Amino acid sequence: MTSKGIERLLLVLALSSVGSLALITFFIFWEGLPLILGTGPGDFLFSTHWAPTKGRFGIGAMIVSSVVVTLGALVLGVPLGLACAIVLAEFAPKRLKQVLKPTLELLAGIPSVVYGFLGVLWLVPLIREHLGGPGLSLLAAAVILGIMILPTIISISIDSLSAVPDLYRDGSLALGATRWQTVQRVVLPAARSGIITAIILGMGRAVGETMAVIMVAGNALKLPTSLLDPVRTLTSNIALELGYASGRHREALFATGVVLFVIIMILNLTAAAVTRRR
Amino acid sequence: MRVFILCLSLLVVVAACGSRPEASGQAICVAGSTSVQPFAEKLAEVYMELHPEIRIDVQGGGSSAGIYAARQGAAHLGASSRELVPAEKELVEIPIAWDGIAVIVHRDNPLSGLSLTQIRELYQGRIRNWRELGWLDHAVHLITREEGSGTRNAFEELVMGKAEITPAALVQDSNGAVREIVASDRHALGYISVGLVDARVKALEVDGVLPTRENIRSQRYKLVRRFLLVSKLPPGGPCKEFVDFILSARGQSLLEAEGLVGYEE
Repeated sequence: MTSKGIERLLLVLALSSVGSLALITFFIFWEGLPLILGTGPGDFLFSTHWAPTKGRFGIGAMIVSSVVVTLGALVLGVPLGLACAIVLAEFAPKRLKQVLKPTLELLAGIPSVVYGFLGVLWLVPLIREHLGGPGLSLLAAAVILGIMILPTIISISIDSLSAVPDLYRDGSLALGATRWQTVQRVVLPAARSGIITAIILGMGRAVGETMAVIMVAGNALKLPTSLLDPVRTLTSNIALELGYASGRHREALFATGVVLFVIIMILNLTAAAVTRRR
Repeated sequence: MRVFILCLSLLVVVAACGSRPEASGQAICVAGSTSVQPFAEKLAEVYMELHPEIRIDVQGGGSSAGIYAARQGAAHLGASSRELVPAEKELVEIPIAWDGIAVIVHRDNPLSGLSLTQIRELYQGRIRNWRELGWLDHAVHLITREEGSGTRNAFEELVMGKAEITPAALVQDSNGAVREIVASDRHALGYISVGLVDARVKALEVDGVLPTRENIRSQRYKLVRRFLLVSKLPPGGPCKEFVDFILSARGQSLLEAEGLVGYEE
């Protein structure tokens, strides 16, 4: 094969992955949009009455739940992840770094069902006995997700911290700043856009996670009023009910997918925009 | 849309069954209700040991898909956990077992029974505290199944009538998950297939009747449904032999061992 031919072949292969994205997008909207328009976007997005086999399609409570669970995960995951990244990138001796970094990457490789299982076995009874409620709750989901987004936040933050030129650090130290002052006032601001990207991508991971959330969140349809209330997120709703759904019910799940798709798209585009601005 | 999904399930069934049923004499395809599926798989497994020359494929897909597949001839036997609607009555229906729904609580719960009305009010969210049922002052942790599940359908039909299950109820996607939570949470209340009740949870009397085999078979226990096999024509050949096996003492005792209640005495 000529080199021109190989180039063409590679181009086709590259486009096929983009093509599948386009197909997925088209399919989700094709299946989901009619129901959103039929129910009325306002009703679909803001009503909290979800009884798909009785013709009521309101995902308001799930949108709220998804948002709150994600924020909860960030409250936990961001300080932990950032602290970890700073230690690894700036302070840790080389030997420690060689042990810690692969360990953290391993964290990303653990299947989400395992996180969910551990959550059900350890976290849920802990919450039930010490804090009350059924244990399967918003709090449990937020904690599990907070741990699950750590690898994303840490690895991207480390990359952006490492990308800050050593000249900055040397300059700061030469001016008499301590190492912590250097990190706080020079390195972190310089790596800001990368860290924000890390947080947004972590957010995307939290919004999109399904299995672990189904297992620990309790999946009740009510609008949560406390951290100990069971909640159902957008992703759980799709995964829970798709197995048996047919007709309008199935369309409603695709419509849930449309909303999820839009949220994830917004997050990713924001992350891309932040990175580009740098 | 519905037709599209049925076609899709049909495609899956046909693909899974490998060949068109009428073309091969030695493969039997059973498709349908996911509630029936584990039991059908058990029966198929034992039957294939006895008759190595026969291959039985068991597929899920839901009662409606199973009935549709049987009607279209894509599956030899459709499995259903709901009664046939009038439009489907031209199919041959073979009841194979009774399945009861047990209302379960934690072992430490002193309650021995509830009335059907109380269960309905609990699931409507009208009764929220165990105190109202004569136990301690603590919220009832209500557990239900996801919308569309066969067990939930049966429960809604048998208990709820027109009423809706409260959105405050926890939702789990399998009998096993419901049982797991009830076993570990003293204040939980859930419902599962009678066959899956084990020593870690306690099944309650409903209107004063325990879900025992006798009570289910006599339908004195109220939360009961039938498991059906359906086919387009009266089954013949290897398919008939398999059905005969299911209804034989051996087949029925297998189902009993798995926790159902046999249809034949």
